[in-house]
Amino acid sequence: MLDVVKDLLILLVGSSLVSNVVLSQFLGLCPFLGVSKKVDTAAGMGGAVIFVITIASAVAAVIYKFILVRFDITYLQTIVFILVIAALVQFVEMFLKKFVPALYQALGVYLPLITTNCAVLGIALTNVQKNYGIGFSIASGLFTAVGFMIAIVILAGIREKMEYNDIPESFQGMPIVLITAGLMAIAFCGFSGLL
Amino acid sequence: MSDTNNEARQSSMEVFFNGLVKENPTFVLALGMCPTLAVTTSAINGLGMGLTTTAVLVLSNVIISLLRHIIPNRVRIPAFIVIVASFVTMVELLLEGFIPSLYSALGIYIPLIVVNCIILGRAESFASKNPVIPSFFDGLGMGLGFTVALTAIGAVRELIGAGELFGAPVINNILAAISSIIGRSEPIEYVPVSIFVLAPGAFFVLAALTALQNRVKRKMQEKGKNVDKIQSGCSSDCTSCSDSGCAHRFVDVNGAPGSVSLAKNAADKSNGKKEE
Repeated sequence: MLDVVKDLLILLVGSSLVSNVVLSQFLGLCPFLGVSKKVDTAAGMGGAVIFVITIASAVAAVIYKFILVRFDITYLQTIVFILVIAALVQFVEMFLKKFVPALYQALGVYLPLITTNCAVLGIALTNVQKNYGIGFSIASGLFTAVGFMIAIVILAGIREKMEYNDIPESFQGMPIVLITAGLMAIAFCGFSGLL
Repeated sequence: MSDTNNEARQSSMEVFFNGLVKENPTFVLALGMCPTLAVTTSAINGLGMGLTTTAVLVLSNVIISLLRHIIPNRVRIPAFIVIVASFVTMVELLLEGFIPSLYSALGIYIPLIVVNCIILGRAESFASKNPVIPSFFDGLGMGLGFTVALTAIGAVRELIGAGELFGAPVINNILAAISSIIGRSEPIEYVPVSIFVLAPGAFFVLAALTALQNRVKRKMQEKGKNVDKIQSGCSSDCTSCSDSGCAHRFVDVNGAPGSVSLAKNAADKSNGKKEE
């Protein structure tokens, strides 16, 4: 029991801070750069990403274990995962709209934007590569997505402040955001001492 | 007859160079940023990733172009995804079998070619509307353009970050030659700026690149040239794209339920409300 808790803690620090999904693995860069102008939209996006990635890694792990491994067709994982994820996001959207309208109000706008974000597929594949069981896959998905949320909210906070700065003309827009992300990546490198 | 053949050949070459130079996917269209940042730690990795993507792009463009009258419009995106994913799986297995060093270096980014903006963007905007031969050359041009860009970025990062080029210690060799010319007993050693091979370096190199591109674009605008992107899937570049990149490839763009344009409108509205 204690071992499991310890492993989970290591997984939490490892996948949310040390090997942060955006800042050190470069997955999910598009929403990271695209939806980080304001803190509240960034938080909404982060919430939607946590929701989708957690469900997607659970479903992918179940399908991998009970269908792909069982029938010995693991080489089809890329095709199966991408289709399952794309269908799943559509399904989640319809489900939320019908049954949990409050949550849909908060996250719905962002759901179509993550349909096939590379982070979702990337995490499903990483879980398989690392031989995680179903429980650990879900935990890893959740923690990685939390890492995404931390990164995008911090970036949005910095970008809100940056509005008032005088930036050289060529660096306005994306370049300065990329430099900010680079500095954040340096800061996140510091977390590697935690493990 | 020979005239039409000539014309076809000319337009194929045009399409090819269009992808290689004029609409270079990385430098001009800013498509496919995830692999661009992640695998360009060395020139050889960039080259490998570029060629792998080129192979997938050419094959999927040809097949999608062959099937363009058969695939129903409503399910075209899932159909494209299945075709692309099949080729990615094949290429992945081939790499694992024949070039295991590259396979382990690229790792998770090989299956992630499936969600690369470039491939579905080209399928959607070119291969699904054009005959086989132009689609082939479009895939080849775009793929090689991507390869050139990745190799160049990889070379810069490897040269500054490790002092090497394709694994050869170029800078130290040059410094050794210089120190022997000026007659120093101990050769000067290059201290690598290792941050350039690490994650932050990728962001800095890309920032410098985008800034350069902004500058060129601005100069062109001052001269009154049209800098709008032509006929590419994500019509503006990914990095400045407000709807979080190329998500709209996966949903029907023309106002279908759940499409990104609707989502974007809704987001704008809700933002507007909050501001009020």
